[in-house]
Amino acid sequence: MTSIPAPASRQQPPSTLRRISTFFFKRPNLSLLVMLALPLLWLGVVYIGSLSSLLIQSFFYLDGFSGVVIREFSLTTYQSLFTQANMDIVVRTVVMAAFVTVTCAVLAFPIAYYMARYASYRIKGLLYLAVLLPLWSSYLVRVYTWKIILAQEGIITWFFKLLGLNGLLEGILGLPVIGGSSLSFSLLGMFMVFVYIWLPYMILPINTALERVPKSLIDASSDLGAKPGYTFRKVIFPLAFPGVVAGSIFTFSLTLGDYIIPGVIGNSSFFIGQAVFAQQGTAGNIPLAAAFTVVPIVIMGIYLSIAKRLGAFDAL
Amino acid sequence: MTSTTRTVAVKLSEVCRFFGDVKAVDHVNLELFDGEFFSLLGPSGSGKTTCLRLIAGFEQPTSGSIQLHGVEVSGVPPYDRDVNTVFQDYALFPHMNVGQNIGYGLMVKNVPKAERETRVQDMLDLVRLPGMANRKPSQLSGGQRQRVALARALINHPRVLLLDEPLGALDLKLRQEMQIELKSIQQRIGITFVFVTHDQEEALTMSDRIAVFNLGKIEQIGTPSEIYERPTTRFVAGFVGTSNILSGKIAEILTGSPGTFAIRPEKIRIVDVGAPLADGMCSAEGKIRDVIYLGMHTRYLVELEGGADLTVVEQNLETSAVNARGSRVKLVWHTSSNRPISAGA
Repeated sequence: MTSIPAPASRQQPPSTLRRISTFFFKRPNLSLLVMLALPLLWLGVVYIGSLSSLLIQSFFYLDGFSGVVIREFSLTTYQSLFTQANMDIVVRTVVMAAFVTVTCAVLAFPIAYYMARYASYRIKGLLYLAVLLPLWSSYLVRVYTWKIILAQEGIITWFFKLLGLNGLLEGILGLPVIGGSSLSFSLLGMFMVFVYIWLPYMILPINTALERVPKSLIDASSDLGAKPGYTFRKVIFPLAFPGVVAGSIFTFSLTLGDYIIPGVIGNSSFFIGQAVFAQQGTAGNIPLAAAFTVVPIVIMGIYLSIAKRLGAFDAL
Repeated sequence: MTSTTRTVAVKLSEVCRFFGDVKAVDHVNLELFDGEFFSLLGPSGSGKTTCLRLIAGFEQPTSGSIQLHGVEVSGVPPYDRDVNTVFQDYALFPHMNVGQNIGYGLMVKNVPKAERETRVQDMLDLVRLPGMANRKPSQLSGGQRQRVALARALINHPRVLLLDEPLGALDLKLRQEMQIELKSIQQRIGITFVFVTHDQEEALTMSDRIAVFNLGKIEQIGTPSEIYERPTTRFVAGFVGTSNILSGKIAEILTGSPGTFAIRPEKIRIVDVGAPLADGMCSAEGKIRDVIYLGMHTRYLVELEGGADLTVVEQNLETSAVNARGSRVKLVWHTSSNRPISAGA
């Protein structure tokens, strides 16, 4: 047997890079610290820090005469939050967010289901692209485009006229609360834009949840005598439910906090996002703005605990 | 066992299942009898699992007919077939506990809750998992999940149980335990088991009959001893156990007749070169090229003078001396050990 020469690296002293690698290899805790230091700093100081600063500010209050924020603990701001006018804003926003979420879920589920179960590799890729493509363009541009689509002279009105259904459109716009002078000045129009804008955030988590349901579970259910509808109710939907909840966390909280869409589309009725924007800006009432911000956080907290009780996270 | 008098549980006639150009199942004919433990044995991609899925109804045949107890079931969905399946990955519902998993088939049929619970308890006793009804599948070991999957499939009292490599994920010890247990459950309830496996030893251990699959076709159907002792094709001779394959001129010299033959390594004995030859025996002389010690056995690779190699397995009895590499030996075996096989690949 001829001897094989040892590789060159074994004869030379290790390079600096290799020594650094070895240093960290021997100290796994230190490597973990180095890896996590920056994100922890960001999450701990910038993110949690600003959130707690916000919470603290909501317990300060604005002196009505001087317009100066009094930095003392008090519930004055929360008292003014619970006035009828502000509660109207909260209720209106929550109802809108609820309708948007339910509609998004109803629209997203069949699309996500088709993508996960039936679509070929190619079609699936195209559908992912179609779902994600709107997110590549500016949110503001899309909202303003919708204002034009929904306007009195817009394509929707034109289309209804073409079908001779303008009476129907006017009838819908004549309804109290959701109606208005045109779709772009109605809560119905605002609802449509919200659903359009947040739909991808619902499709993707539901799709992910459905992709993770093994085909064999569906076979097993069918094998045990369950017809497709039963399998859907008892196996597929419960396993995809965490995805629906994840998606609804997006659509619900994004709707609760949005202030652009209610500003561009709809009537003059205020939404939480706009209230926050107005209070911290022109009104200079940072404590009330902060208190308004606490509302969606509390609502989401309640929402998640209900979802947990419904067993949304059991299958995780 | 005379097959003519027994009820046919599953019958496949000229069944094909093609996926594009791939002939997963290619003109398969099978007759399975009531109460039989029948194995579909073959390497991966041989069509055995597709065959099982055709019987379950998860796949529909491209052509041919499938009958369950005399009723044509091509085109009938799985939920309308009187068969149940134990899946390779168990396919337990992760959001339900063990009791709910096992009772699923009864829940589908709207069986009242009280009866459902009693029957779930009975099933848990049958698979020896009493008191486990409230556990989640994720809290169980592989062997326990296996039992739950079995109980879930049996609770509907199917007339045929399909098992898709159910023991594949278990370690050797547990697998051997489950083999015995599955067999005893099958004998107790007396229904037909169709068992898919790639493990020839498992198939030999458990089955009443075996169908050996290769490339979508059935190579041979028979009892374990028929399959092992009298393989009819080169593939079966090589896949079920190991065989020495002799063909051409050397085959004619050694066996005395033309054709292709399979000889099991354990049928050949090593004797001294000068030893006399009894009647009805074949012999060959050669040199030991390799000795592989396997504990219970030793395997020898003997290079014959005619140019062929023969593998010989000898049990390590206390009297037998291990022959050394390079020593000249004489191999003898009974002429009945020359099994003629079809010459194909």
